[in-house]
Amino acid sequence: MLEIRWHSRAGQGAVTGAKGLAEVVASTGKDVQAFAFYGSAKRGAAMMAFNRVDDKVILNHEKFMQPDYVLVIDPALVYAADITMNEKENTVYIITTHLSTQELIASQPKLSGKKVFTVDCIKISQETIGKAIPNTPMLGALMKVSGMYDIEFFKENMLKVLKKLPQKIIDANMIAIQRAYDEVK
Amino acid sequence: MAELFELHDIEVWDGNMAASHALRQAQVDVVAAYPITPSTPIVENYANFMANGYVDGEFVMAESEHGAMSCCIGASAAGGRVATATSSQGFALMLETLYSASGMRLPIVLNVVNRAIGAPLNVNGDHSDMYMGRDSGWIQIDCYNPQDAYDMNLVAFRVSEDHDIRLPAMVHQDGFMTSHTAQRVKTLADDVAYKFIGEFKPMNDMLDLDHPVTHGAQTEEDWHFEHKARQHHALMSAVLPKIQEAFDALKALTGRQYNIVESYNMDDADIAIVCMGTSVETAEEVSNELRAQGIKAGVVGIRIFRPFPLEQIADVLKGCKAIAALDRSSPNGTVGALFNELAGALFNTGTHAVLTNYIYGLGGRDLTKSSLHSIYRDLQANAEAGCPTTSLQQFTGLRGPKLSFF
Repeated sequence: MLEIRWHSRAGQGAVTGAKGLAEVVASTGKDVQAFAFYGSAKRGAAMMAFNRVDDKVILNHEKFMQPDYVLVIDPALVYAADITMNEKENTVYIITTHLSTQELIASQPKLSGKKVFTVDCIKISQETIGKAIPNTPMLGALMKVSGMYDIEFFKENMLKVLKKLPQKIIDANMIAIQRAYDEVK
Repeated sequence: MAELFELHDIEVWDGNMAASHALRQAQVDVVAAYPITPSTPIVENYANFMANGYVDGEFVMAESEHGAMSCCIGASAAGGRVATATSSQGFALMLETLYSASGMRLPIVLNVVNRAIGAPLNVNGDHSDMYMGRDSGWIQIDCYNPQDAYDMNLVAFRVSEDHDIRLPAMVHQDGFMTSHTAQRVKTLADDVAYKFIGEFKPMNDMLDLDHPVTHGAQTEEDWHFEHKARQHHALMSAVLPKIQEAFDALKALTGRQYNIVESYNMDDADIAIVCMGTSVETAEEVSNELRAQGIKAGVVGIRIFRPFPLEQIADVLKGCKAIAALDRSSPNGTVGALFNELAGALFNTGTHAVLTNYIYGLGGRDLTKSSLHSIYRDLQANAEAGCPTTSLQQFTGLRGPKLSFF
């Protein structure tokens, strides 16, 4: 079982990102869940989304999760949300920030000693898609760090997920995914 | 003619989307709705299908849930295939008209995305609304995941509209835990799904002007009792065999097997948890973990809540030494409804199983695997002692001092 927790602000596309990942995973024959904690969240409120991935049928519906990967797609949530909650010894963090990994850990000491990767998904999405929608680039970074799927295979499948969008947006998303894959450190 | 909707064999859908597509494939004539969280996307998606030409029919935006169900009743009495969706306070506002629908023997399909009922206001999933409907004369089918939400909608139309039944049906799914959780759903092609449900065959429809009929007549002491007895008789005797028939047909078509009472790891189980909704599957996972340790733990899931399958439940639990009934609704002054049902099912059967009650998960409070492990530990102690080692009713997952009764 592979478990992923997304930290996002409502409106940044964490649910869409989690569902997009789920569609790619499902296409490979694995079982998958994508869900979120909503509450009465308003646009901009801190929220969490989740993925479970397994070779077996997933029966577990508890919301409690000790994630293998924590994906943070809003830079401020490193300080404003409890991103290390219920972590495991080997939990991997992929964090959107304009800081380098060292600068980030210096600014948030509770990340020290952990497996932390950084990538500026906000900047990438602004420069490619034209809006701060950091969800798809984060998936590119996840593919690099986790080695879950080959990046070409992943992009090919993401094309199917995004197929209803205008061609220009699809192309921009593909560039964003590739850039985050290349730039994550 | 509606446009064909291209589906993959496996889609990643949440429970709401699964229900919407089942409604689309049923080619419902009238959906009258007043959307409410977390069931909103069911009718929202449906309206979207309609606006894009995938459905022939009418979408009526009502002024309230009471109005929505009233429109459904009118449309169903007129002779159409009818469905809608609601949750929580909306369900509560519909309640009066639910009794009209069942009393008039109108085969309406209502998707209930289970949610807590305020106060305090809460949009998350528990079974308060489902429990509120249990005396309303509707068939109540429960889903544990999005695949169930798809399949059980198809079953609901088929059973509800059968001329031997003619009773409305609710399809329940857990708010957010199913309705907003995307999982793999195996789909049927539109024509295959439609054929499984069958063509809508009107009965006593008001628009058949050559054969005028009265719906919703007044019957006082002279006939009311006979009407209600006939309604109860149909629920008690005709429904479960038709549901079984539908489950068999669905299995032949898809390979997916559903049962009136779902049992998991129950063949030689000493201890069992009985519950509904997503909790059933989480409990199944925990029972697997306990089986790996050599503990004979099983799970019984209620698939059909009304009519309640008293005999089938008693049968599946007959070898158990300790049983926990889990209720996701505040019983407000007594034991949980499921505890009551199980006590009714097991009394007079010769079982000496210890039966206890757990109230859990109100307002969407997480039912953790750790809580389920702790319930199974209680059950093991009860099984060994041959009597309750805890209070009869406990609250699990509650913060603050431990709360228990009886």
